[in-house]
Amino acid sequence: MSTFLTSVAVDPDAAPAPSRDGDAASSIASRSDRPDATPWAASGSTADGRLSSPARLSSLDTLESEAIHIIREVVAEFEKPALLFSGGKDSVVMLHLATKAFWPGKVPFPVLHVDTGHNFPEVIEFRDRTVERLGLRLVVGSVQEFIDSGALAERADGTRNPLQTVPLLDAIQRNKFDAVFGGGRRDEDKARAKERILSLRDEFGQWDPRNQRPELWNLYNGRHTVGQHVRAFPISNWTELDVWRYIERENIELPGLYYAHQREVFARDGMWRAVGEASQPREDEQVITKTVRYRTVGDMSCTGAVESAAATVRDVVIEVAASTITERGATRADDRISEAAMEDRKKDGYF
Amino acid sequence: MSTTATVPESAAASLGLSSASLFRFATAGSVDDGKSTLVGRLLHDSKAILSDQLDAVARTSADRGFGGSGAAAPGGTQRIDLALLTDGLRAEREQGITIDVAYRYFATDRRSFILADCPGHVQYTKNTVTGASTADAVVVLIDARKGVLEQTRRHLSVLQLLRVAHVVVAVNKIDLVDFSEDVFRAIEADVQQVGRELGLGRQESSAVGVADLFVIPVSALDGDNVVDRSDRTPWYQGPALLEVLETLPAADELESHLESFRFPVQLVIRPQGALAPDAVAGGLDVENYRDYRAYAGQITEGSVKVGDKVNVLTPGQAPRTTTVTGIDFAGRELTEAVAPRSVALRLADEFDVARGDTIAAAGPAGGKIPESTADLYAALCWLSPKPLREGAKVLVKHGTRTVQALVRNVTGKLDLANFQLEPTTTLELNDIGHAQLRLAAPLPLENYLRHRRTGAFLVIDPQDGNTLAAGLVKDHPGDHEDERYSI
Repeated sequence: MSTFLTSVAVDPDAAPAPSRDGDAASSIASRSDRPDATPWAASGSTADGRLSSPARLSSLDTLESEAIHIIREVVAEFEKPALLFSGGKDSVVMLHLATKAFWPGKVPFPVLHVDTGHNFPEVIEFRDRTVERLGLRLVVGSVQEFIDSGALAERADGTRNPLQTVPLLDAIQRNKFDAVFGGGRRDEDKARAKERILSLRDEFGQWDPRNQRPELWNLYNGRHTVGQHVRAFPISNWTELDVWRYIERENIELPGLYYAHQREVFARDGMWRAVGEASQPREDEQVITKTVRYRTVGDMSCTGAVESAAATVRDVVIEVAASTITERGATRADDRISEAAMEDRKKDGYF
Repeated sequence: MSTTATVPESAAASLGLSSASLFRFATAGSVDDGKSTLVGRLLHDSKAILSDQLDAVARTSADRGFGGSGAAAPGGTQRIDLALLTDGLRAEREQGITIDVAYRYFATDRRSFILADCPGHVQYTKNTVTGASTADAVVVLIDARKGVLEQTRRHLSVLQLLRVAHVVVAVNKIDLVDFSEDVFRAIEADVQQVGRELGLGRQESSAVGVADLFVIPVSALDGDNVVDRSDRTPWYQGPALLEVLETLPAADELESHLESFRFPVQLVIRPQGALAPDAVAGGLDVENYRDYRAYAGQITEGSVKVGDKVNVLTPGQAPRTTTVTGIDFAGRELTEAVAPRSVALRLADEFDVARGDTIAAAGPAGGKIPESTADLYAALCWLSPKPLREGAKVLVKHGTRTVQALVRNVTGKLDLANFQLEPTTTLELNDIGHAQLRLAAPLPLENYLRHRRTGAFLVIDPQDGNTLAAGLVKDHPGDHEDERYSI
């Protein structure tokens, strides 16, 4: 995460300067012969360099301001918010936005992590270091503890992602959190595409897609009754590429496994799985060393790596822009269980 | 095995070159007018559909024996049903319905788009109002074989009420009328006629009127005039749908010319020594920030510069005038900021300013200062199965303030087919009507015609907290307003 420096500058985003907001890979080649300026574009600066008429914000700036607005609304209207923080890129971006929303003050809520017990050690290290740097309180819900006490049973396939729901709801209830920020995005999945930015959950943490409040203008209705809580998704409108471009622009630090590195892997279910304590190859599965990176960082038992030489954030932006497979399709075994996997988990109170 | 694609040189080279802005649009249509196919076509032709999604849709198309002339699956001859690309939740597939507004994302090298895909048949008013409330443009579909229907008039009426900046009417299935110019021109004339009746496209100074009304012949199934202009409609000289969406000014651009700065205060940032450790570690001058106080919010309209005179509006108090001394954005000091940026403002005077107050432009450029009032006259789009009755107690959420309110009168219900007001005392789901409310505390209300953000509010059920209605502030009766075209 970048450090904030105080400096005086004209709003750089008001200037019609080249930005990284182009999405070349999903653009339409035949359009490029058209002139760039539209007859309506507000632009033009005077001789002293001051803007005579402020231009529009870039797409990334608009998304950033929308997210900060939502974060501030939730903090202003709820008693006890918390932010789900796994060390994954979306939650890291969420935390970065929160630091910007309350600068120069501290982020005024704790972070919550549901630890599957199968996390990548370097991600846990990153989590702890980030929490320390920002002076935050970390609340951990442990899947392992629930398995040890018999409250949860290990699944036959060893995947622990679906087991996170119970410890998550338990942590929400025990800490009396009434709003929980998540880094969910609507482009991830067709269930998420229909979820509100403020999503009401009942006493069982369940999402009811048929009974959602209409979300109008930028007025968010977070009213809830005792026992209910709200999940807030301030980066709902961001795409995977937006997230990466923002990470690049803001110079945000991520766990190293998002970038290309050498790792011992084996092939399973059409994905490269890392060799680790909770992720052991079967006899017929051959372990090889490959240059890989992760597009999502979750439970080691169900998150796959992709072959990639993208070692820097710039490389990753280019790779994501050109990628032809969605991030969940490429790397999440749990979403392959069935076509409605995410929908079912959300109804049960999942993130 | 999933491996990432090799990056074409051209993609890498042009990544840093374009300066894309965000454009939000919604789609509205009747049953079977091909809206899902059109949305699928836009996503497909703008390459927003990735190969694993396309594979899944191709498999389903084959299973169902789809034989249309849709796009070809990658590496195969199987035609795919583009409508499946927007297939939603399992509950919807099981029941063959679309439950709710779905949001989709795609980008060209000129713009990033957020598309609110609004189902047409169930609760169309609720869905259209929801999608249109944040939209810069709405695409309304018409089946070329059917022409302008009752529902088309209703859709256009709702868009006029909400003052959507641009309306694009896509006359779809033009292939099924043999690309007939006569059919298209007749429908185009009908649309223009409805537009004139509703006041669509009417320009009015200082009002956020609907700026444009486009009519385009398209075939969503075959792609004619969707992304590229078609040579099968040589009689049509206008732009393709995506060209229009790429070049229309967004609502923010239109409203930035109003020069009426509005800033509802969300919260006060006052760390009182509890500074962010990472900011301090990054070299923040702790002494300088000991007494830091700034007002956080999002600029809803216009722009602000350091040195601008502004009014602090606290309901129930006279406006207090002061000067903006700083515009902070997470460690950067801006000299100027424009809607919809989220910032923190520092003011010259140490007023007591709190959440719920509004900071607004002062002086001649800012125009009229919003006056606080406890009498609210409004158009209500009723979105709840629980009907509105006179005498009901509700909550009104406006900007960053929520107050109690009493529904004094329901003064009429709009017949969307002819835009006439009919007498009624109740509003039901999907009704749009006029009502008068008495607020427990005054609010700085502004006419929605002139201020889309500060003229909008929610009506909330105090019991279960559900959103009951979308509210649009009207002028008080007596203040002259053209009743026919106004909300």
